[in-house]
Amino acid sequence: MLHVENLTVSIGDKRILRGLDLDVRPGEVHAIMGPNGSGKSTFAHALAGREGYDVGGTATLDGADLLEMEPEERAAAGVFMGFQYPVEIPGVNNMYFLRTALNSVRQARGEDEVSAREFLEVAKRAMQLVDMNPDFLQRSVNAGFSGGEKKRNEILQMAVMEPRLAVLDETDSGLDIDALKVVASGVHALRGPERSMVVITHYQRLLEYITPDFVHVLVDGRIVESGDSSLALHLDDHGYAQFLAVAPGDEQRSLAATRS
Amino acid sequence: MTSQSPVIEELLDGSYEYGFSTDLDTDIAPPGLNEDVVRLISAKKGEPEWLLEWRLKAFAAWQAMDEPDWAKLDIEPIDYQSISYWAAPKPKPTLDSMDDVDPEIREMFDKLGIPLHEQKMLSNVAIDAVVDSVSVTTTFKATLAEAGVIFCSFSEAVREHPDLVREHLGSVVPFRDNYFAALNSAVFSDGSFCYIPTGVRCPMELSTYFRINSQNTGQFERTLIVAEDDSYVSYLEGCTAPMRDENQLHAAVVELVAKDRATIKYSTVQNWYPGDDNGVGGIYNFVTKRGRAHTDAKISWTQVETGSAITWKYPSVILQGDRSVGEFYSVALSNKRQQADTGTKMVHIGADTSSTVISKGISAGHGRNTYRGLVKMLRSADNARNYTQCDSLLIGKECAANTIPYIEVKNPTGQVEHEASTSTVGEDQLYYCRQRGMTEEDAMAMIVNGFCREVFGELPMEFAVEAQRLLSVSLEGSVG
Ligand SMILES: Nc1ncnc2c1ncn2[C@@H]1O[C@H](COP(=O)(O)OP(=O)(O)OP(=O)(O)O)[C@@H](O)[C@H]1O
Ligand SMILES: [Mg+2]
Repeated sequence: MLHVENLTVSIGDKRILRGLDLDVRPGEVHAIMGPNGSGKSTFAHALAGREGYDVGGTATLDGADLLEMEPEERAAAGVFMGFQYPVEIPGVNNMYFLRTALNSVRQARGEDEVSAREFLEVAKRAMQLVDMNPDFLQRSVNAGFSGGEKKRNEILQMAVMEPRLAVLDETDSGLDIDALKVVASGVHALRGPERSMVVITHYQRLLEYITPDFVHVLVDGRIVESGDSSLALHLDDHGYAQFLAVAPGDEQRSLAATRS
Repeated sequence: MTSQSPVIEELLDGSYEYGFSTDLDTDIAPPGLNEDVVRLISAKKGEPEWLLEWRLKAFAAWQAMDEPDWAKLDIEPIDYQSISYWAAPKPKPTLDSMDDVDPEIREMFDKLGIPLHEQKMLSNVAIDAVVDSVSVTTTFKATLAEAGVIFCSFSEAVREHPDLVREHLGSVVPFRDNYFAALNSAVFSDGSFCYIPTGVRCPMELSTYFRINSQNTGQFERTLIVAEDDSYVSYLEGCTAPMRDENQLHAAVVELVAKDRATIKYSTVQNWYPGDDNGVGGIYNFVTKRGRAHTDAKISWTQVETGSAITWKYPSVILQGDRSVGEFYSVALSNKRQQADTGTKMVHIGADTSSTVISKGISAGHGRNTYRGLVKMLRSADNARNYTQCDSLLIGKECAANTIPYIEVKNPTGQVEHEASTSTVGEDQLYYCRQRGMTEEDAMAMIVNGFCREVFGELPMEFAVEAQRLLSVSLEGSVG
């Protein structure tokens, strides 16, 4: 369903992604881990369509070329990105924002808009999923939200948008222990046979709740190791040292050495 | 990439949808201004002697005055002798009913989305339609008359209610007040008059719709609203003009009198032609608006200023009576080459008076937006309070915003609170909205409308919707 091949991203003359390959099938959850600055967020933004990137290679969703699309077209195609740093929009009611978002993608897909009443139902269900106080619907989008509240709001949006592909960028960062459980179980509940997820995280903790089908290690703009969820445990113990300062092509050997 | 992102540039590149002109048979005076022109205007309107004298005094005062120092405005000198001071749509000597309205004028207003036919209209808004400074029709007169409310053109008021006009004309804005008020007092051609008797809550919104149509004419209307004790009125003002290469001068005066415990809510959605991308054409909008609030009275100005090449206006409140309240809610947008220098004056005279100022300035393109506000508390104003909040929003990198507060407090018990902020519409915000499926235009409109929310909340419902749409249009092609 998501097919990424030899994806490269440069910003200005800085190369950030250097040929990234990834295949995600329907219903799968893939975790991406990696050191700070390795290009995880850049990868997420490249899928979502952020401007200012010089993108090469291939990224398709259900066969459709994502790289040719505007961000809103990607959203309509079913791409949802949970932002590492959700953006504040003062004065714009959170509920209104959500409804406009939902109706925008519905309209783009040729579906009927949801009425205010129908939307209220959708929103209520989503709120329960992330255990969010209804007051948040009446506040401005992310304005004055705490770090953790912003992250919850991202998952709320995901629950409302019901995307085909969710790319969650450090949705677990900045959450307290209870919030982490809530968000993780929310994400878990949103898993489905037709929905795929790419979950970017620094912490094994999240993955305890959302057992990923695959874990990938992104270093210096490339996936240098892939494995099942046990890889995350290994990283938790050993960090990324073994992947750093490794000449391209040598990854497998050195990894094998540390793991043995 | 240039200094500004192509996304934003594209969004701001809009067009003016009211730019048509209508071929009306117009009675127009040759350009130029002298005492004879003032006499001609007065004679055309069949005015009483006292009004002619008042005009002539104003004209003499104007001649002795210097044009204001333009401070933050970049403006071509205005040649007052090249302007025509009298233009009126020709037919129809007197109008008895709506059906007498010139069909072409009616069509023009239909095109503007303002049907003058009572049956077709919003049921709770009475409209006075003014074309080139002359009132062409007033709707719902009968309904209003039942409530004792007088709502008519200024000329009609001079004929039918001369005592009321004479008592209040110039009582809030004397003709010597400023250069443009003096000019207006000398040459004003028409406008709206509104009188709410004691204890009456006006049963519908009153609205004046101003349309400049003729070329090379100045538009000088006068609006006078008198609300007697314990009365209430909400008044709306809308404005558009065709696209012309030359700048056109608009210098209006609005006077409000709120007697004891009366409330006047005055809302403006100003969308005069702003000029093209290079700053050619557009309306010069120099307006004097002021209200006098007596004991326990309240005057509330709400304005959404999206049009005009230059906007220069400071709707003000003289808080004369004890416990009187003044409010000013403003959204001013400057896009392309537009310049707005606007704000308010709150003059506290009575004890326990309070004023609130919420100003939202939006600058886009090469627009320049200045908030200029005066809060003055006289020695007599015990325990006066003011709260001022000025927020500026910048869209793109070529625009500018200034905030210039003047504060004069002569009474030590006065409290003045001032907050100011400047923010930008970021690529981040647009991208975030687009990731959630919204188009660029929808995203920009949403962000800007969010910024203006507190002010739009003060507008009557129909106007709030219109204002949001207008803002979107002014930004989209002027932002979507
Ligand atoms: N607009 C930009 N201009 C220049 N460099 C950029 C830009 N955006 C990202 N980078 C650089 O690209 C690299 C990858 O950044 P990215 O945000 O993708 O890292 P990350 O893996 O998400 O890190 P973290 O774990 O800290 O969130 C970093 O070195 C960053 O400084
Ligand atoms: Mg990141």
